[in-house]
Amino acid sequence: MTTLTDVGPARGELTAQAGYGVTQRRVLLSEWTKLRSLRSTLFSLLAAIVFVVALGILISWAQASHWDQESPIDRLTFDPTNTSLSGVFLAQLAIGVLGVLMFSGEYGTGMIRATITAVPHRLPVLWAKSIVFGVVTLVLMTVSSFVAFVGGQAMLSSKHIDTTLGHPGVLTAVFGGGLYLTVVALLGVALGALVRSTAGGIATLFGVLLILPLIVNFLPSSWSNNIDPYLPSSAGQDIFTVVRDSSSLGPWTGFLLFCGYAAVLLAAAAVVLRRRDA
Amino acid sequence: MIEVQGLTKRYGEKVAVSELSFTVRPGIVTGFLGPNGSGKSTTMRMIVGLDQPSEGSVLINGQRYRDFRAPLCEVGALLEARSVHTGRSAYNHLLALAQTHGIPRRRVGDVIELVGLGGVARKRAGGFSLGMGQRLGIAAALLGDPGTLILDEPVNGLDPEGIRWIRTLLQDLAAQGRTVLVSSHLMSEMALTAEHLVVIGQGRLIADMSVADFVAGASENVVHVRSPRAPELRDLLLAADVTIRADGADVLEVSGLPSSRIGEIAAAAGIALSELTPRQASLEEAFMALTHDAVEYHGGSASALPHQPGDGSAPAAGGARLETHGAGARS
Repeated sequence: MTTLTDVGPARGELTAQAGYGVTQRRVLLSEWTKLRSLRSTLFSLLAAIVFVVALGILISWAQASHWDQESPIDRLTFDPTNTSLSGVFLAQLAIGVLGVLMFSGEYGTGMIRATITAVPHRLPVLWAKSIVFGVVTLVLMTVSSFVAFVGGQAMLSSKHIDTTLGHPGVLTAVFGGGLYLTVVALLGVALGALVRSTAGGIATLFGVLLILPLIVNFLPSSWSNNIDPYLPSSAGQDIFTVVRDSSSLGPWTGFLLFCGYAAVLLAAAAVVLRRRDA
Repeated sequence: MIEVQGLTKRYGEKVAVSELSFTVRPGIVTGFLGPNGSGKSTTMRMIVGLDQPSEGSVLINGQRYRDFRAPLCEVGALLEARSVHTGRSAYNHLLALAQTHGIPRRRVGDVIELVGLGGVARKRAGGFSLGMGQRLGIAAALLGDPGTLILDEPVNGLDPEGIRWIRTLLQDLAAQGRTVLVSSHLMSEMALTAEHLVVIGQGRLIADMSVADFVAGASENVVHVRSPRAPELRDLLLAADVTIRADGADVLEVSGLPSSRIGEIAAAAGIALSELTPRQASLEEAFMALTHDAVEYHGGSASALPHQPGDGSAPAAGGARLETHGAGARS
């Protein structure tokens, strides 16, 4: 059976020689390893890519094939960019759930104890998870948005209702698809750390992103018109919309507000993570 | 060296650990004993900074856990519940932990071989048996080659071969000069593994002594005597340091007298004995006697379980004092 003669260098030498210790860069590498070593992550990311690309192209095709039956009003407000990016609405489910799981998955399995004993200052873990998952989402979803845009416009060109990146606001909107999903990812990470349970985190995230706008819609219109633009979903989605209503905050103002919501949640997560017993 | 000073942990009303102070020295295995719910796990979680103490402090080699630059190289911890993501392979789990410290991949392979998980290192940890899970936890604890090891119930769920492996491993680690603190609720296991004991009950220190002293104290002889004339014999045996408990009409449990002396007294009085059996209290019995008043969850007949929170001292059947401070205690 195994003995301890092969336990490695004598006690203490390992530490002294190599300058081992926790740094933010090392925690980033560790979180990257964690992210890529779970099959569920890979499947969810793959699903998000397929949603953005396939749904965007499919809906663009459907719009083009029914263009002749569309009413003049619908034709006037038709947004070819947003149409080709419609898969973003579905992809936010996959990205948001994965974001929540970054922490809730660790709380659920007990992994968080190993993580926090390795990094007792805790905050480097929050930053590392946010950066790693944020960057992965940004890269994959920006590329997916561009593919969806190109594919979608190809579908729309059959009716000459397509647009190009050169048109005002279009390039911003296509980058916006990736940016919006990146902030959804960060909202998920923060909520996972705050709520700790997967079900609770997902319910909160999509309660705010999907259900809250519906409820606000039931309010008297003089109220809802004043509230709706400031909801996280409306503010965030301004950036990948080119043809927008007058009440919208505009792409960058809206997006900054959306980032502000994420920043507040991340700050709350930092405070709670630091204080709470793990 | 682990120095626990006045450690207290409260969860609302409930006090899980109360003014606990003890020192764990290097070079020996120290057993951390207590019944379930006595605060062992909470204490260990506070040692590695998972839980914040309400009062008091823990120093490891003079430093707080949180202040270590490379905590995994100072303290290796195996905590009671599994601390592994079930979807990740053993190798990737250890690699992710190693990377937080810049510990090389080579070391990950080494600890995997050391704990005998070489064949399954690439398999998902969720499919591991309890024993394999414990080995993975020990691999994680040894990853940084730490001078201090803290293991919460490491033999739980292990087969005899695994138990022997852990026992040898812990003793080898201590022999290398490391500080080793191992919790258990089984005295018999600790008697074989540990050299020193810290016993707690209800979050308070009950004993801090060497295993040798504990065993010596526990081996007080009780002699089981059966005789048709037990009451007469009882009067003859009674003396200053002798206690006798009658157990039925013809049975006496005598402590304080060797069996040979009891035999002589009976013979001199012409009393026939049908049984004369010296019995040594087992370590488990001694441990239970020590912690009896501090056991939080006694089993027993239903009538003996008045589960009203706040009822601190309801006399229960069998004379056991029942402490019910409400549920939700963490061990």
